[in-house]
Amino acid sequence: MSLAEPTTHGGEKPLLDLLSDFIVELRRAGLPVSLTENLDAMEAVTHIPIEDREAFKYALGATLVKNHAHWKAFEVVFEVYFSLRGPEYEVIREGDDAAPGENGEGQQPQGGGGGMQSLTPEQLAEMLFKALMNGDAAMLAALARQAVTRFAGMEPGRPVGGTYYLYRTLRNLELDDLLEQLMEASREEAPEDLTPLEERLERDEFSDRIEQLKREIEAEIRRRLVADRGIDAMAKTLRKPLPEDVDFMHASREELANVRKAIYPLTRKLAARLARKRRHGRKGALDFRSTMRHSLSYGGVPAELKFRYPRPSKPEIMVVADISGSVAAFARFTLHLVYAISNQFSKVRSYVFIDGLDEVTRFFDGVEDIGEAIHRVNTEADVVWVDGHSDYGHAFGVFWERFNRDIGPKTTVLVLGDARNNYHASQSWILKEVQHKARKVYWLNPEPRAYWDTGDSIVGEYGNHCDGVFEVRNLRQLERFVEKLV
Amino acid sequence: MSYRFEDVASVRTMLADAKYLADEGIAGIVYLADRLGKPILVEGPAGTGKTELAKCVAEVTGSRLIRLQCYEGLDESKALYEWNYKKQLLRIQTEKDSDWSEIEDDLFSEEFLLTRPLLEAILAEDPVVLLVDEVDRLEIETEALLLEILSEYQVSIPELGTVVATQVPLVFLTSNATRELSEAIKRRCLYLYIDYPNLERERQIVESKVEGINENLADQVARIVRSIRQLDLKKHPSVSETLDWARTLVLLGIDKVDAQTATETVNILLKYRTDIDKAVKEFADNPDELVPDGA
Repeated sequence: MSLAEPTTHGGEKPLLDLLSDFIVELRRAGLPVSLTENLDAMEAVTHIPIEDREAFKYALGATLVKNHAHWKAFEVVFEVYFSLRGPEYEVIREGDDAAPGENGEGQQPQGGGGGMQSLTPEQLAEMLFKALMNGDAAMLAALARQAVTRFAGMEPGRPVGGTYYLYRTLRNLELDDLLEQLMEASREEAPEDLTPLEERLERDEFSDRIEQLKREIEAEIRRRLVADRGIDAMAKTLRKPLPEDVDFMHASREELANVRKAIYPLTRKLAARLARKRRHGRKGALDFRSTMRHSLSYGGVPAELKFRYPRPSKPEIMVVADISGSVAAFARFTLHLVYAISNQFSKVRSYVFIDGLDEVTRFFDGVEDIGEAIHRVNTEADVVWVDGHSDYGHAFGVFWERFNRDIGPKTTVLVLGDARNNYHASQSWILKEVQHKARKVYWLNPEPRAYWDTGDSIVGEYGNHCDGVFEVRNLRQLERFVEKLV
Repeated sequence: MSYRFEDVASVRTMLADAKYLADEGIAGIVYLADRLGKPILVEGPAGTGKTELAKCVAEVTGSRLIRLQCYEGLDESKALYEWNYKKQLLRIQTEKDSDWSEIEDDLFSEEFLLTRPLLEAILAEDPVVLLVDEVDRLEIETEALLLEILSEYQVSIPELGTVVATQVPLVFLTSNATRELSEAIKRRCLYLYIDYPNLERERQIVESKVEGINENLADQVARIVRSIRQLDLKKHPSVSETLDWARTLVLLGIDKVDAQTATETVNILLKYRTDIDKAVKEFADNPDELVPDGA
């Protein structure tokens, strides 16, 4: 096997070295790559030639990435490490006046991208329009390259991130109006009026193509940045948190969607663990009567001890969640979590509060559409008492007054919130009473531990009366909590 | 050892002959699994052709398909092997007088062994494809049953010793990802995620699988399904549902879908009331809806 033989296109490093660097970077990005998987990948690449880039990528993916949520992160790292390989992916430098010397290397028209520098912006826009209209993928790729050369204004060594260049390029292409123009054109082209359905389909098609163009541009910028700054530096810049490491408080909409998908399996795990505990639980207490009765057959010697059947306790869960503005992003996630939990356990009651508190169990009961449930919680639940600023003390007061009878020795109470009380009275005696009555009380705080008990946060005071206070800023921490809980 | 496939391209063409349209990733990983002798863990939404892939691979390689459907409560005696104790009892009764140690040796021989799918795949002389369907339905503890088979292609039977496969079977595990599988399983497998196909591939699938469909209709079907998948639904239409829908349209003799037919037949694509309402609203609730088609 000629493992060490093939070298990079640029002729720097042998493939195996590059591959092990690549795997190190994956690990740095947080992907769990084990030694076996590492070896598998090394073996896999001996069967798939690197020239077949797509197959090569999938071969590495299949051996190294065992969780679909990690695929995106993998793709980014892959692009950084292997984007400069293969002739068709070579950066075209003909437009870079920063490096005039390299223009002489005979990098003449490639994939239709070369001859475009002489075009006027209007012509370019027209070509782009046509390419989008006809869905010409090769042309789009070439145009993306040209657009980056022209508009991004990339200079070697400039410490600016890829998003900046992306923004500049997109702004110059004026993509916003493009969709409408395309729709206009396709309406004119059609022999008869488009039905609403057809129009809708056309629109989806065009936005898909525009998305594709954006991806091409992004990839092109990334390629150039890698060529300019080197692999290691770029890998570091582009590193993004995995879905399980995304901070709930600062998650973007897209990240939050990924987080949501991951919650469901997690609650199933929680449910499975609880169920197992119940099934394999040790035996119940000694059954004295039964033991005595059976001892009769041994002449009164209690030779055979009898135990009561374990009484499987059905876990009852009470979730008390802060949904005020300071934890808005976390609150949305919280509601998803509540929904997922209530699907898994039979007895879940949920409460939300800001400065007032209301039970919202009914909104989640038998609801198929989580979006609707959340909407109803946000609009119908009566959670504002005075001014709509968090008041944990008062909210707990309402909780105690209205629901303290429902707390039993089987109840686990989960409080979700940052304990930022706006300097109101803490009323922490309530939590103490709750802890007294309930099986366990846990507090999940979405704030970094370093911020606890600073300013108006009084999580420490409440924490005295909890069986555990956990920092839960991302899925990984939530999972750890689930594991600890059971 | 001889391989089943020449190269990645041949995997694709062979599967295409069986009317399975593999994309670059699927073909590449099937090829790799054959070369490395590793199982494939196929994950993805329901109805994207995970099980179908295993069936088609079995078909094109001329292998026998052995299938183990997983469910909660599946155990060793149903997945691996079981001693045929009735037969063992008979054996003891028929030869009461003979030497016990002799009988004992005899009792635990292959003659009294009932093979279950996993052992059967190991014992097979002919080429086989082993399909372990919906692994995520197993409890986490039961997953361990599979580990020995997946990494060593062998089964240890305490009374009998270790049975090692004479040929390496091609193993597919499928999962709908309702829960995360254990690290131990994942480590032993190649991972393949089959997502909903893109527009182009879905159209080709419709064209190849639905008889008597014309190009225009197939294109329209694929486009509508793609648009529906962009909505925020509880359950997105799967490929199999797309095919059902396309077949229905062909049966109804429709060669151009308009908002009306789409609304009337959308219940084939979507199975939840809320989803159907949403889709209908999205595609029909339009000011010019009342204008007759083509007017």
